[in-house]
Amino acid sequence: MQEHDMSWVRTEMALAQPAPPTERGAYAWVRKNLIGSVGDTVLTVLGIAIVLWVLPQIINWAFINAVWTGPDRTVCTTASQGGIQPDGWTGACWAFVNAKFGQFMFGTYPVEERWRPILVAILFVALLVPMLIPRVPRKGLNALLLFVALPIVAFFLLVGGVFGLPHVETPRWGGLLVTLSLSFVGIAVSLPMGIVLALGRRSKMPIIKWLCVVFIETVRGIPLITVLFFASVMLPLFLPEGVSFDKYLRALIGVSLFAAAYMAEVVRGGLQAIPKGQYEGADSLGLGYWQKMGLIVLPQALKLVIPGIVNTFIGMLKDTSLVLIISMFDLLGVVKQNFADPNWATPQTPKSGLIFAAFVFWLLCFGMSRYSMYTERRLDTGYKR
Amino acid sequence: MASQEILREEPSRGSFINDPRIRSLFFQTLVVILLFSSIWWIVHNVIENLQRLHIASGFGFLKSRAGFDISDTPIAYTSDSTYFRALVVGLLNTIIIAVAGIVLATVVGFLIGIGRLSQNWLIRKICTIYVEVFRNIPPLLVIFFWYSGVLAVLPPPRESIHLPLGSFLNQRGFYLPRAVWGDGSWLIGVAFLLAIAMAWFVAHRARQRQRATGQQFPVFWTSVALIIGLPVLAFLLSGMPLTFDFPKQSTFNLTGGFWIKPEFLSLLLALSFYTAAFIAEIVRAGIRGVSKGQTEAAAALGLRSGPILRLVVIPQAMRIVIPPLTSQYLNLTKNSSLAIAIGYPDLTATAGTVLNQTGQAVEGVFIMMIAYLVLSLVTSFVMNIVNARMALVER
Repeated sequence: MQEHDMSWVRTEMALAQPAPPTERGAYAWVRKNLIGSVGDTVLTVLGIAIVLWVLPQIINWAFINAVWTGPDRTVCTTASQGGIQPDGWTGACWAFVNAKFGQFMFGTYPVEERWRPILVAILFVALLVPMLIPRVPRKGLNALLLFVALPIVAFFLLVGGVFGLPHVETPRWGGLLVTLSLSFVGIAVSLPMGIVLALGRRSKMPIIKWLCVVFIETVRGIPLITVLFFASVMLPLFLPEGVSFDKYLRALIGVSLFAAAYMAEVVRGGLQAIPKGQYEGADSLGLGYWQKMGLIVLPQALKLVIPGIVNTFIGMLKDTSLVLIISMFDLLGVVKQNFADPNWATPQTPKSGLIFAAFVFWLLCFGMSRYSMYTERRLDTGYKR
Repeated sequence: MASQEILREEPSRGSFINDPRIRSLFFQTLVVILLFSSIWWIVHNVIENLQRLHIASGFGFLKSRAGFDISDTPIAYTSDSTYFRALVVGLLNTIIIAVAGIVLATVVGFLIGIGRLSQNWLIRKICTIYVEVFRNIPPLLVIFFWYSGVLAVLPPPRESIHLPLGSFLNQRGFYLPRAVWGDGSWLIGVAFLLAIAMAWFVAHRARQRQRATGQQFPVFWTSVALIIGLPVLAFLLSGMPLTFDFPKQSTFNLTGGFWIKPEFLSLLLALSFYTAAFIAEIVRAGIRGVSKGQTEAAAALGLRSGPILRLVVIPQAMRIVIPPLTSQYLNLTKNSSLAIAIGYPDLTATAGTVLNQTGQAVEGVFIMMIAYLVLSLVTSFVMNIVNARMALVER
């Protein structure tokens, strides 16, 4: 009977078919992403041409032709320049970086005392890593150790002069040691200062508000070099005769003041984003000003502006390289100083040294920005429904 | 009714220590006293230190002879000129590098930013790598890279690299043919200005006509034709008064032509490539900030992809882009002070020299601060005008 029934109702779902072959797999991906239209194809061809032109040169220069070890400049120079390489050779001179590695890290810090910065670095990493992993408990204690105890310990370890440690003057510090210590102390000082300035800028007391506005806008309007000039040339004039402080400390003050002004604007953005109800709620609970800010407003505001804060940190790490202009030797300064070493003066030396320094800076900054993105995603819970 | 009585009572209850007005007055007075006493202390120390070092204060030194040479002088300057003139030369150099950098950074930044949103996977990746590399490296390092890593190891003048259009590249810089304008070339300039005025007039009339009748007029192509055509016509009419002064190779150096020094070149390349990475991110965020519904609605109205971009997406994206773009321009202007590291005589470098020669630290730093603050204010003022024109017109 059934055969004569003209109507037909499907009783089971049709099996899912794979997409047609033109819409899946590598070919479809290429068609969609590389040769979607005439313009796209032209761009792709251009892009491939650029990559094929640049990449082999870079790989050749940085790895295949590179010199990794060697005693002096002869390994990195061609025969006509007085070296051992064939004429027409170009390649990275990593031997230079290799030979100067200790200086790049510590400057002219005495060799027999270099265990001290290394110990500080180990302590720093040991405290920083648990701080960065959200699952590790006791964040409060950790922060206290990292931001209060560590700087004190590090100060005595690095400067010395107590507990039988020989004194090492700050002009002998250099390299990555200066870069990292300047930026770490700068970060530790500029964040609280920035918060205070931001609160001051939103204060109802006209004189305090006005002072904060003038400070923030002036500092933000001038380049860091001017601030460093100010710190290195004018600060000594401000002090009574006989009192002077070290160049390192002056640079530290300059960098911290500069970063604090930018931090203040970032924090102010967060404060403005907190709804008025939060302030009023705190008021109605009878909280005082500092309780209201410390317990209700700032925790929410700072959470909102974590990306901005980290961006300021990244900017600050990059900006520490400017201290070389007031003749201090941070990582970049030491690398540049070593170009003048006649033992290593070759056409390849500046490029190699600078690329090494760039790589170190890049690693630090890129790491920070990735971590901030991760934190942002992790903390982005409050406004999810 | 009793409760209203209570409400009408004086707000101040309890000790006057808890009165917010009195507290605020107290704190502010305290701050003012502290501020003035520390200023007085600082001024006192400064005066004492200056007297001890036998440095005269005041701006009188600006009129005395500078006695140092400056390598790039947009206006006439010799070592016999005054300090004031030296500072003006520095300021002009800062403005030149800032303007050139802003133009180049904007062009590169917009290209890279749009490239990061491209359909093309390869282009997207190349642009991403560019942004991630340049954003995370100090600009000073990039300046050194160009200056001592790339330009300083170019061949000496005798073995200059020949580039198309008669230009040369060697370790002393970049040599371009220089345009020499002959008699009657003022006509070309006049024609150019006239063309701009006419293009503006055409655009204005076309807008009016479109509002009144709905008919469109090909404003863009008309303007292009006017702005290119009129000067070319003037050029032909005035008897082609343009010749080029090509750089010529002599024994030790190149002579003639337009010479871009390596300091300027490396500063310009480094600053604009660095800032371009940030501008690219701003542009990308701006374009992505325009909701998809806008594009779809425009498509539903029958617009094609070109006009959708030009009339719907870009005007809205610009609103998001301009405020952060302004702060990038300000950053670039401030970063141009890095010129001092490679010896390009910008404001910071000349002021630094003046400061070292005269010992007038207070005045020198003060002049620097004021000059940069004024530059920043002018840039923000111009960009605020642009922003106001772009901003949403609420009806």
